[in-house]
Amino acid sequence: MSWRLWLPLLAFAGFLGLAAYQLTQPKDEFVESRMIGQELPYFDLPPAMEGVEGASSASFADGKPRLLNIWASWCLPCIAEAPQLESLKRQGAEIVGIAIRDRPADVGRFLAQNGNPYARIARDDLSEVQLAIGSSGVPETFVIDGKGVIRYQHIGDIRADDVPVLLEKLEEAR
Amino acid sequence: MIRALVALLLLSLSLPLAAQQNMPPAPYAYRQLDDPAQEAAAQDLMETLRCLKCQSQSIADSDAPMAGDMRHQVRLRIAAGEDPEAIRAWLMQRYGDYVSYKPEVSATTWPLFAVPLLLVLVAGALLLRRLRRRA
Repeated sequence: MSWRLWLPLLAFAGFLGLAAYQLTQPKDEFVESRMIGQELPYFDLPPAMEGVEGASSASFADGKPRLLNIWASWCLPCIAEAPQLESLKRQGAEIVGIAIRDRPADVGRFLAQNGNPYARIARDDLSEVQLAIGSSGVPETFVIDGKGVIRYQHIGDIRADDVPVLLEKLEEAR
Repeated sequence: MIRALVALLLLSLSLPLAAQQNMPPAPYAYRQLDDPAQEAAAQDLMETLRCLKCQSQSIADSDAPMAGDMRHQVRLRIAAGEDPEAIRAWLMQRYGDYVSYKPEVSATTWPLFAVPLLLVLVAGALLLRRLRRRA
């Protein structure tokens, strides 16, 4: 019997091995935005509640780098990242919030409970800006440079050790 | 006592989660376009766009609010006369190949198309050789 008879079985075993290996690898659930390095798409959103300012793409292009925080009052990890946003603000970061599918009353209650680190808070009722900048969930945080160009994306809630990274990215965007 | 605490904890968890559904869905998330041809084009496109929140469903299949917002945008753009492939391209510019279910030959996917072809050729060659030998 020729040894070559075993080749197909070997190839099949190799395929099984590859599939088994890939199945044990952790899956990357994050969908990264391809908009890094691109200008913020045009938008002009109304304020998310009374007493705050809304935000537009033009409000980013005034020479000052900012953080753009995509969040919502119904989002649990957003509560977890509130202290980190506060700490970023204390260290000089200007944070613009965009509240996704949110009501003014809920936004107000969230800020009363968890503090308000935002310079502006806009409402995005149809996820339009979220889709336009390639964000796929809440919370996400983008670094926007002074020309209104997206420089960096942080997916998920900001943990304590992400704070220096974001400050550094803000500095780089200067 | 502990049971009451656990119940309270669960309740506090469920409130913000429920709130996500409290907002009415986007106008065209569940409403079809009036023009049947346009609605058909939108439907075809939505079935090949991937929901970003629920990554194994198309946006046509998903009840996630974000998928609803994507359907709203697809329908509005189609109603405004935009080409479905242009809408797909717009989304792929933002989310990469990930957002599209439509098979496309690219630098990473070409083996998927090449390997079956290669296997058919190999099988054909083997068969031919064997038939010749027998004859």
